[in-house]
Amino acid sequence: MRGVVGAGMLTLLQKELLRFWKVSFQTIAAPVLTALLYLLIFSHVLESRVSVFNGQVRYTDFLVPGLVMMSVLQNAFANASSSLIQSKITGNLVFVLLPPLSPLDMYAAYVLGAMVRGLVVGLGVFIVTLVLLPGPFHMAHPIVAIAFAVLGSAILGTLGVIAGIWADKFDELAAFQNFLIMPLTFLSGVFYSIHTLPPFWQALSHFNPFFYMIDGFRYGFFGLSDIDPGISLGLVAIAAIVLAAVALSMLARGYKLRH
Amino acid sequence: MPAAAPPVPAVEIAGLSKRFGEVQALCDVDLRVAPGEFFGLLGPNGAGKTTLISILAGLTRADRGTASILGHDVVSDYREARRALGVVPQELVFDPFFTVRETLSIQSGYFGLRHNDAWIDELLFHLDLTQKADANMRALSGGMKRRVLVGQALVHKPPVIVLDEPTAGVDVELRQSLWAFIRKLNRDGHTIILTTHYLEEAEALCNRIAMMKAGRIVALDTTRHLLSRFSGLTVRVSSERLPEGWTARERRREGNVHYLALESYAELEGLLAALRSEGIAIDEMTLADTDLEQVFLRIMAGTETTDEASRMLEVPES
Ligand SMILES: Nc1ncnc2c1ncn2[C@@H]1O[C@H](COP(=O)(O)OP(=O)(O)OP(=O)(O)O)[C@@H](O)[C@H]1O
Ligand SMILES: [Mg+2]
Repeated sequence: MRGVVGAGMLTLLQKELLRFWKVSFQTIAAPVLTALLYLLIFSHVLESRVSVFNGQVRYTDFLVPGLVMMSVLQNAFANASSSLIQSKITGNLVFVLLPPLSPLDMYAAYVLGAMVRGLVVGLGVFIVTLVLLPGPFHMAHPIVAIAFAVLGSAILGTLGVIAGIWADKFDELAAFQNFLIMPLTFLSGVFYSIHTLPPFWQALSHFNPFFYMIDGFRYGFFGLSDIDPGISLGLVAIAAIVLAAVALSMLARGYKLRH
Repeated sequence: MPAAAPPVPAVEIAGLSKRFGEVQALCDVDLRVAPGEFFGLLGPNGAGKTTLISILAGLTRADRGTASILGHDVVSDYREARRALGVVPQELVFDPFFTVRETLSIQSGYFGLRHNDAWIDELLFHLDLTQKADANMRALSGGMKRRVLVGQALVHKPPVIVLDEPTAGVDVELRQSLWAFIRKLNRDGHTIILTTHYLEEAEALCNRIAMMKAGRIVALDTTRHLLSRFSGLTVRVSSERLPEGWTARERRREGNVHYLALESYAELEGLLAALRSEGIAIDEMTLADTDLEQVFLRIMAGTETTDEASRMLEVPES
């Protein structure tokens, strides 16, 4: 692979990891706490009122994979996008643009860094819920859950790269996050099964790529899902490839990076 | 016997143009810098120096024309071109997450050099940053941050080094030691390209100079030739007035201090005689050879330049 992915990629990845590790209180501990607050509040309020999968799964258990996946997705996005926009605005992106890093080097490093951050936070949320929630926990298909978590973090890391390159200011990035990422996450079935929605919203949910990530991930936990997990995996993989192609072409053209 | 191949130029630029909206930042620039040169790129604010450097570094894409570093095209062969080039950017940028040493070893890693500690220590020493090696970048003064930028540009030992105003904000003592270090690198065979607004610096360091104005190179010659092109003296006379017939020679006036341009020392006799015969008392008088600043000011004051290479070096002697 020499000439395509170079040794510089590893250093850029290492830098990306160091960057969030140095402020891990804010980048790991805080999002874990947020997810737990959601879990405590929603499970307390809704446990007795919401029935999911025809009562086969307790609502609180249903909520856990949703929150884990939501944490993975949001943190993967946040890592890549905020690293890029901070470097762009402070101007220190020049240190990455001057060396012989290829577009693929840059893409791989930013996305892998984002994936690690997302997966670490997701794992943190998962471990804390295991400790807090009563009763034994059995996972139906761990490999499926891992596959969806990895693909989901790659997709959101890629979206983070795209948003970080595209946005010129912090508020443009915030708009991307508030008007695209947040609604898509919240309307993806983190807190409910889409079968509880009216038909119109149910149909609309099928156009939300995040829905397939969370549904497939949840299948890994319970062996139950709204959609066949094979179909979800296929759609998620296609989304990952399309977005990667977009991000790579932006990097190769130097879009908004090399004027 | 085959003739020795001409050395590959350290930097070769042909027909380079770049426009930002309404601004023609570079207009059909040609330039060739030979290996081992200490080359100065001068010009007023907005002349296009940083744009030129950014194209060499791959930070900016030219609209037209080509540029190469040691024979490697900066677009098609960007990996080799960037490996051969070290750039000290004009803007004072840094990554607040890291210490000085981390900054340098990360930069080294980007070039694929992951075990470069001996050279990094040497750089820290030459840039007088050893004491600050483990300080966070945020905790450094402006001049120290600038020195870290110099270190980052040199971390992969590039054969061609471009410094975009490296001494802005650096104190006198460190400027001297920085230049001693850059000179040493030049003696060791590195090609140096420098922009600066301190003209005495360029005069002392550079063997060849290009002067830019509004996106074009308006003068390009060895420093010696540029200085001799405007051979002559400047006389600073502090007196009430100037003798009859000498006022036309006045270049500048600050109160009672007159600056006169003379062709040669011989003319000085005439000036002194005229002063004496008119009974003008001289409070003070100093003589100076032409320096680069005067050459620069005259070239920049010159009338519109033309495109023709032949006229490029003809600068009106107004
Ligand atoms: N990214 C950009 N967008 C728009 N205009 C630009 C950009 N970069 C440079 N310019 C314009 O191009 C012209 C040349 O700028 P450049 O930075 O190359 O000048 P310079 O010779 O380095 O000046 P200085 O001595 O002030 O550093 C200026 O008019 C500047 O405003
Ligand atoms: Mg400049």
